[in-house]
Amino acid sequence: MSSGLIFAITGVVLFAMGSAGMLLVAHLLRRILAFNLMGSGAFLILVGLAQRGGTPDPVPQAMVLTGIVVAVAATALALALLRKLHTLNGRTELPRVEDD
Amino acid sequence: MIDPLIWLILLPLAWATLAFLLGPGRGARTAIAGLSLQLWLAFDLAMKIGAGGPALHAVGGWGAPLGIDLAADGLSAVMLLLAQSVALPLALYARAYFAPDKTETRYFWPLIGFLLAGLNALFLSADLFNLYVTLELVGLAAVGLVAAGGGAAQVAAALRYLFAALLGSSMYLLGVALIYGAYGTVSLVTLEPLLTADAPRIVWMAGGLMLAGLLLKTALFPFHYWLPPAHASAPAPVSALLSALVVKASFYLILRLWLGPFAPLVGALAWLPMLLGAGAIFWGSWQAIRTPHLKMLVAWSTVAQLGYLFLIFPLLATTGALQAGVMQAVAHGLAKAAMFMAAGVLIKATGQDMVAGLAGVAQRLPLTLFSFGLAGVTLMGLPPSAGFLAKWLLIEAALAQGYWFIALVALAGGLLAAGYVFRVLRQAFLLAPVAYAIAAVPRTLEWTAFALATASVLLGLRGVELMALLAAGSAP
Repeated sequence: MSSGLIFAITGVVLFAMGSAGMLLVAHLLRRILAFNLMGSGAFLILVGLAQRGGTPDPVPQAMVLTGIVVAVAATALALALLRKLHTLNGRTELPRVEDD
Repeated sequence: MIDPLIWLILLPLAWATLAFLLGPGRGARTAIAGLSLQLWLAFDLAMKIGAGGPALHAVGGWGAPLGIDLAADGLSAVMLLLAQSVALPLALYARAYFAPDKTETRYFWPLIGFLLAGLNALFLSADLFNLYVTLELVGLAAVGLVAAGGGAAQVAAALRYLFAALLGSSMYLLGVALIYGAYGTVSLVTLEPLLTADAPRIVWMAGGLMLAGLLLKTALFPFHYWLPPAHASAPAPVSALLSALVVKASFYLILRLWLGPFAPLVGALAWLPMLLGAGAIFWGSWQAIRTPHLKMLVAWSTVAQLGYLFLIFPLLATTGALQAGVMQAVAHGLAKAAMFMAAGVLIKATGQDMVAGLAGVAQRLPLTLFSFGLAGVTLMGLPPSAGFLAKWLLIEAALAQGYWFIALVALAGGLLAAGYVFRVLRQAFLLAPVAYAIAAVPRTLEWTAFALATASVLLGLRGVELMALLAAGSAP
């Protein structure tokens, strides 16, 4: 088994854990962490699958770098919103939707 | 030499940054000037594509394998035109709508600029990864706009929206990673000949993940749970922008992938979006008929109208189906923006947002109610509106291929739309004594809503030009 494949399989496991967290966990901070786990999983897959013949491919590395910037921005926005929600009504979970 | 491709992205970025520095008053003027230029650029691009076929721009002079390509065909040009022509009246409306000293105004102008830059870049992107980045840009700016009001309900709606958007785009990103792993490229043009019906299983998985993520972002039933609270709790100009344009971005992406690289894979899958679309039409309309709140009604109507966009997928073998889908996207974009703007005027004037509280507004705000009605005409699909043209094309394509039940769903959806539009109009025309004073509203609010509503109806008469533009790019 090549090292690239090990990276990719780890990525799949991380992605699955992250998406389960996004869907199942109610605490918002944990959901934000779960999103980051999902993102890291996708990045590992991207870099791992692209390693062919032992030479690293620069294109996915550039993509992952861009992806990390996007994920940091999204995390910052989510954290800011969570803090705002917490100061407004002291909660760290979303209210239930009544008509759904 | 001004290349509209690059300036359509740079211009909103520039004025968004300026608006942030200048503050709401001068920021609004900068934004409106920038949006007028963008509308002109979009027209210019549409003319060029109509005459000379698809356009291409290598950013910074670096071509595709190393740099980033921007590409525009007829479909991109139609969507760009729609985005700019909804955004300009909306900016005029927003300038009159927001009180200049509120916090929501401070963030509105920069965020709307970033949102438009993201949207324009999305419509012009030519590779899967660039599409992911622009999709995230649009999503983050939209979440910011929902939260800009600052109340607990808005922040909660924004967070719900953010998590739905992030889940959707992460799934899309994983799909991109798998595609890159299989083929070593993310360019749409390069991928198109590589993907065939006997593609490895990993590509099928990637396609499924990307499609599911994008359906979540388009709020197709049953993934619509985040849309009504987000669209209904935002201020009226934001709701209009979200319903008219933002959900169309991920629909555009689905259409682009479905017709482009994934075309050989999706044959058997086509019924799934159609069935979900039919579900959306019935469930969304039913909720719109039931809900007591005016903006909730308009938001649920968006869920229903998005359903039509997905009825076209089993029919895509004929060109009429694509035309129907794009026409519906444009018609709904114009009409729903007008409807949210009119609803905003009604709420501002009456000081409450219950449908039951609208009794008697017909005498006091006839122009606004007329705009609401005109937008309703498009949503119901009555002639000569653009909505009628879209439904006509859809039903024609459905009957030509013998799928009469798709035609039936489209007709039933029109009747249901009449149900919720007339619910509002009936209440407004009641001669009940008005229990509260109707506040005066700026004229700009009423006239911009009216302009968009009229455009959505009159576009039905200019449908041929739009269809010609759509066809111009798809020819090789």
